[in-house]
Amino acid sequence: MIKTDTLIIGAGPVGLFCVHQLGIIGLKCEVVDNLDKIGGQCIELYPDKPIYDIPAVPGCTGEELTNSLIEQIKAFKTKFHLNERVEEIKKVEKKWITKTNKGTEFESSSIIIAAGVGSFEPRKFSTKEIEKYEGKQILYSIKDKTIFKDKTVSIFGGGDSALDWAIELSNTSKVILVHRRDDFRGMQASIDKINKLKEENKIEIYTKYQLEAVQGKEKIESINIKHDDKTIKEIKTDYVLGFFGLIMQLGPIADWGLNLDKKTVPVNTESFETNKEGIFAIGDICSYPGKLKLILSGFHEGALAARGCFKYAKPDEKYRFEFTTSSKAVKNRLGVEE
Amino acid sequence: MAKITYIENNGNSKTIEVSNGFTVMEGAVQNNIPGIDADCGGGMACATCHVYVKEEWFNKLPKKEDGEEDMLDMAFEPNKFSRLSCQLIVSDELDGLIINTPSKQG
Repeated sequence: MIKTDTLIIGAGPVGLFCVHQLGIIGLKCEVVDNLDKIGGQCIELYPDKPIYDIPAVPGCTGEELTNSLIEQIKAFKTKFHLNERVEEIKKVEKKWITKTNKGTEFESSSIIIAAGVGSFEPRKFSTKEIEKYEGKQILYSIKDKTIFKDKTVSIFGGGDSALDWAIELSNTSKVILVHRRDDFRGMQASIDKINKLKEENKIEIYTKYQLEAVQGKEKIESINIKHDDKTIKEIKTDYVLGFFGLIMQLGPIADWGLNLDKKTVPVNTESFETNKEGIFAIGDICSYPGKLKLILSGFHEGALAARGCFKYAKPDEKYRFEFTTSSKAVKNRLGVEE
Repeated sequence: MAKITYIENNGNSKTIEVSNGFTVMEGAVQNNIPGIDADCGGGMACATCHVYVKEEWFNKLPKKEDGEEDMLDMAFEPNKFSRLSCQLIVSDELDGLIINTPSKQG
């Protein structure tokens, strides 16, 4: 059981700046995120796209913003639990106990949900029969590529993940690449390589096709793919890989007894606390009259939520407002010289 | 101003007047039309505002930019009449536009 003052759910820009705000007022926190890297939507959806409305930063990319925020909280040596999704929370006396899908448990006096539109999950095939094969012969990520050796692998998708794995697996497996249109959108070098492999008959490519049906018993035996012109082709295959990127889903947060308004959590605007005592929501996931889904609004929300956490972490102390410019205590926490 | 008809996957339809300059996605979200999530808020970064445009309207719409076609690869069951509704900007020319929303967005 990891004990900390506040658990932050979500390592996007708003969660990161909230680490800073908790840190300067002397509270400890840890951060959980389902992505494999820090940065949330900024790093997953638009690492290279410019942002022009961060105060005092005329322009930066999602990746640059993330890196700057990480730099700004370096002094707090915050522990990040990546690739983990918070599954359940429960209140035991005055503490919140949080459990992730990997079994990590936290005890904290408050929780700040900075989860954006939810956690990123792989987009799945829409075909009905897929469920019984998912995680076995139908996969959305690869942990152990040796299982594909000497097998037939059908890869769906047209982006870098699909192309990279098609190239990689073509060394040891029979690879069939299926995409819904003629154009691939990966890096040009990968597209060139794919075309070369096709000429050398090392991979098969079917474009303008999508998955239509899956046949098999215990294991997949074959799949049907359907062309735009409605013709259907049957392919014998051992594995089916889908690389359609990630989608955001609210997931278990919906089951925690929090008030929900569509996919957002209503909060008060004094401390951004939810209907549950000690649980706060900031950033895109929170809603209140006048809410703007801007990163800068999330920074403000995090500053107030951090102060809201103080009374739960230190019930016997009175919170005292201080400026980073002049407070010796704050400077010490930030590790900056006088 | 244009009247836009949104038809849900279950057949329910609603016709809304949307002001010029707004997107077809915004018209749906602001009027609580189900079936369009628009998780990224119109940044062409998520493909959860995917719609099917009625055939007779498809070629009358401004053409897709590259980024939109790339994002549509991520959409749920795209077809040749698929568009991202956040990229469809309403003008008088779109009066009468009919779109279908998919059974789900992801």
